Amino acid sequence: MPKISIEDLKKIKEREKQRMVLREGQHRAKITVHMGTCGIAAGAREIMTLFRDQIAERDLSDVILTNSGCAGLCAKEPMITVEIVNQPPVKYISLNRAKAMRIFEEHVLAGKAVEEFALARGSETMAT
Amino acid sequence: MCASPYYRMQFMLCAGTGCIASGSLDLKSALERELTKRNLQDEVQIIMTGCNGFCAQGPIMVAYPDGVLYSRVKPEHAPLIVEEHVLKGRVVEKLLFKEEAAKDRVPLMKDIGFFGLQRLIVLRNRGLIDAENIDEYIARDGYAALAKAVTQMTPEEVIEEVKKSGLRGRGGGGFPTGLKWEECRRYASFPKYTICNGDEGDPGAFMDRSVMEGDPHSVLEGMAISGYAIGAEQGYIYVRAEYPLAIKRLQKAIEDARDYGLLGKDILGSGFNFDVGIAPGAGAFVCGESTALMYSIEGKRGMPRIKPPRSAEAGLWNQPTNLNNVETFANLNPLILNGGDWFASIGTEGSKGTKVFALTGAINNVGLVEVPMGTTLKTLIFDIGGGIPKKRKFKAAQMGGPSGGCIPNGMEDVQIDFESLIDVGAMMGSGGVVIMDEATCMVDTARFFTEFCVDESCGKCTPCREGLKVMFEKLTDIVEGRGQEGDVEFLIELGHHINNTSHCGLGKSAANPVLSTIRYFRNEYDDHIREKHCTALVCPNLIDFVVIEEKCKMCGMCYRNCPSDAIIWEKKKVARIDQEKCTKCRTCILNCRFRAIR
Repeated sequence: MPKISIEDLKKIKEREKQRMVLREGQHRAKITVHMGTCGIAAGAREIMTLFRDQIAERDLSDVILTNSGCAGLCAKEPMITVEIVNQPPVKYISLNRAKAMRIFEEHVLAGKAVEEFALARGSETMAT
Repeated sequence: MCASPYYRMQFMLCAGTGCIASGSLDLKSALERELTKRNLQDEVQIIMTGCNGFCAQGPIMVAYPDGVLYSRVKPEHAPLIVEEHVLKGRVVEKLLFKEEAAKDRVPLMKDIGFFGLQRLIVLRNRGLIDAENIDEYIARDGYAALAKAVTQMTPEEVIEEVKKSGLRGRGGGGFPTGLKWEECRRYASFPKYTICNGDEGDPGAFMDRSVMEGDPHSVLEGMAISGYAIGAEQGYIYVRAEYPLAIKRLQKAIEDARDYGLLGKDILGSGFNFDVGIAPGAGAFVCGESTALMYSIEGKRGMPRIKPPRSAEAGLWNQPTNLNNVETFANLNPLILNGGDWFASIGTEGSKGTKVFALTGAINNVGLVEVPMGTTLKTLIFDIGGGIPKKRKFKAAQMGGPSGGCIPNGMEDVQIDFESLIDVGAMMGSGGVVIMDEATCMVDTARFFTEFCVDESCGKCTPCREGLKVMFEKLTDIVEGRGQEGDVEFLIELGHHINNTSHCGLGKSAANPVLSTIRYFRNEYDDHIREKHCTALVCPNLIDFVVIEEKCKMCGMCYRNCPSDAIIWEKKKVARIDQEKCTKCRTCILNCRFRAIR
C-alpha cells in the first residue's frame, strides 16, 4: 500500500503554499498598517492585531499583512493602506476597531473601498 | 487568539555552512528571545534555509513579505531588527547590503546585481524553503515531477525528454545525461543502481555541498526519476565525509521521503520501488572518479580501473550502474515538469540550461551563483561577482579546479559553456571559479595545484605518480630561485606526457594548470628563471625587499607592521629595509598600499 497518493501530494502542496505565500510575492490584497511612533501611540497595534486575527480566523491565503513607517500625516493616525491587485492603493485615516472591521469586510474581502473613511487613492509622487 | 498562529512576517535565516560559521544559529536564538520578550513570537516565524549563495555577506537574513535582505547580521542586532522592522515597519538601513560599486544601500533582493542577474533552476528553492521540511519542498512542486514520471510516462519517454533537453553532466565531463541513461537501460541485468556523486573535492568548490544541504529532496527526486528511467531500485549518494551537515540533512530527507512513501515500495501506487542509501566518502579526491567511487562504495580501495566495460554495463558490484553529479540530479524536477523543450530553450547551442558556480578568491561577492550557459566570464566576475577588491586588477580566473586551466585578463569576454571553455584551454569542471588579481603569482598557483594533485594521485599509473612529483620539484626550484633556462620547455614536455599517458581523469588533466599558466603567463615563468624576480611579489626568495623611493609615500605602514623591526623609517622620510633583520615574511608588502616595495 502506498503511504501517500498523488492527491495527498497536491493537498500538502496547497496547505503549505498558504503558509509560504508571504515568500512568493503572490497575493490578492495587501494591507499596510502604518506603524511609526505616531501610529503606535494612536493605537495601530490594536488595528494590526485585529487584521491578524481576522486573517487567521478566515484562513485567508491571499491577503498579506505588513507594516511600514509613518505615512507623514501623524495627526490622522492610525492609518492603513489597502492595496487590491490591479487597483490603486487606498489610504484610510483615523481608524478604530469598528472602522477597521468594516474596511476589512467591504474593501479587503469584497473589493469595494469604504469611501467615508478614505483619505485618498493612489501613491505619493516620487522624485525621479 | 486562534490555535495555529497566523504569521504576518517570516524571517528566512540562512543555515548553510558559511552562515552557520558566521553565527546564524546564535542570531536565531537572539531573535527568538527578542520576539518573545515583546510577545511577537506568534507574528513572526523564523525559518532556517539552505545556502543563499551570498556567503561573503553572511549571516544573511531575508525578511518577507517585503523581501528585504539584511547582510552580516549579528545577534546584537536582534533588538534593533525587532524594534524597527517588526514593530515600526522601518527597514534597518545599517544592515542592508551595500553594493561595492554603487555605494548606496539596496534593500530588495531583486535589485541586487548578485541576485538579479542569476537564473535559478538548480538553486530554485534556495533561501525559500526550510531545508529539513519535506512539506515545504512539496509546496514548491517537489516530487510532482516524480509523480508525473511514474504515473504518466514510460521510462523511455522520460529518457526521451532528458535527451531532448540537451542536459549534460554537471560533474565536469559534460556527457549527455539522456544518452547515459539510455545506455544503462539497454542492459537487461538486474539489479541496477543509480549513484549520486557528491564527492566534491576541487579546491574552492562548494556547489554540490550547498545543494545537498539546502535542498536535499531535489537530489533524491532526481535520483528516483533516474532509477525509474534506467530500471534501478536502489540508489546511493556518495557524499564526502567532510560534509557532515549534508549527510545529516540527506539522512533526514531520506527518512521523511520514506515516511511519505516517496521512497520505498510501490511509490505513489505506481508499482515502482526505489530506495536510497548514503555512502560517506573515504576522503580521497580520486574517489570522485566514477569507477574509483564505485570501488569505494563496495568497500575496496578507491582506484580507477580501465574502461571498458563502462559503468553502464558493469559498474557497482559489476551490475549496470548510472552515475550522475548532484547538480545534474537537481535539474530533473523542473526539466520533467516543464519539458525538455523548455530546458533546451535556455543556454547555448551545445550547452543547455544553467550552471552553478562557486566564486572564490580575489572577488567581492564570494558565493554561489547560477547563470544560464553562455553568460560571459565578465558578467560573472564584474556584474554578479562585484569585481575585484582593493581596486586591484583582474589577472586570471582558474576554472575547473586542479584539472582545469586559467583564463587570463583580456579574454574575459569568453562565453561560459562546455565548448568555449575547452577552446581557451580551460574547462567547465564542476564549477569552482577561483579569481586571481595582480597580487597572485601564476607560477606559485600552478605549484599549488600540482601539489594538490601529487597528494591526491592514487599511485596506480607511473606518469601521474612520478611525473607530477618531478613537475612539483621543478616548480619548487623555479619559485625558490633555482630555475634554469630550459625548465619551461621541460615542464611543457613532461606535462603533455602526463596528460597523454595517464589513464583516469585525474592524471589526464593534472598537468593542465601548469600548461595553461605557461600558455598565458610565460613571461612570469621567464622572470622567475632569468630575472630571479617575482613580479606579483609572492615568492619570498625572488623579492629584493627594497623600497622604491619614487613610489614611497612615507606613510610608515610597513614600519608599524613589521614583526622583526627591520624597517627604518621616520616621519617624512622614505622607508628603508634592514636586510640583516628582514625575515622575508612579506608583511610590509601586504601592508603597502602603493606597491612601493620590490
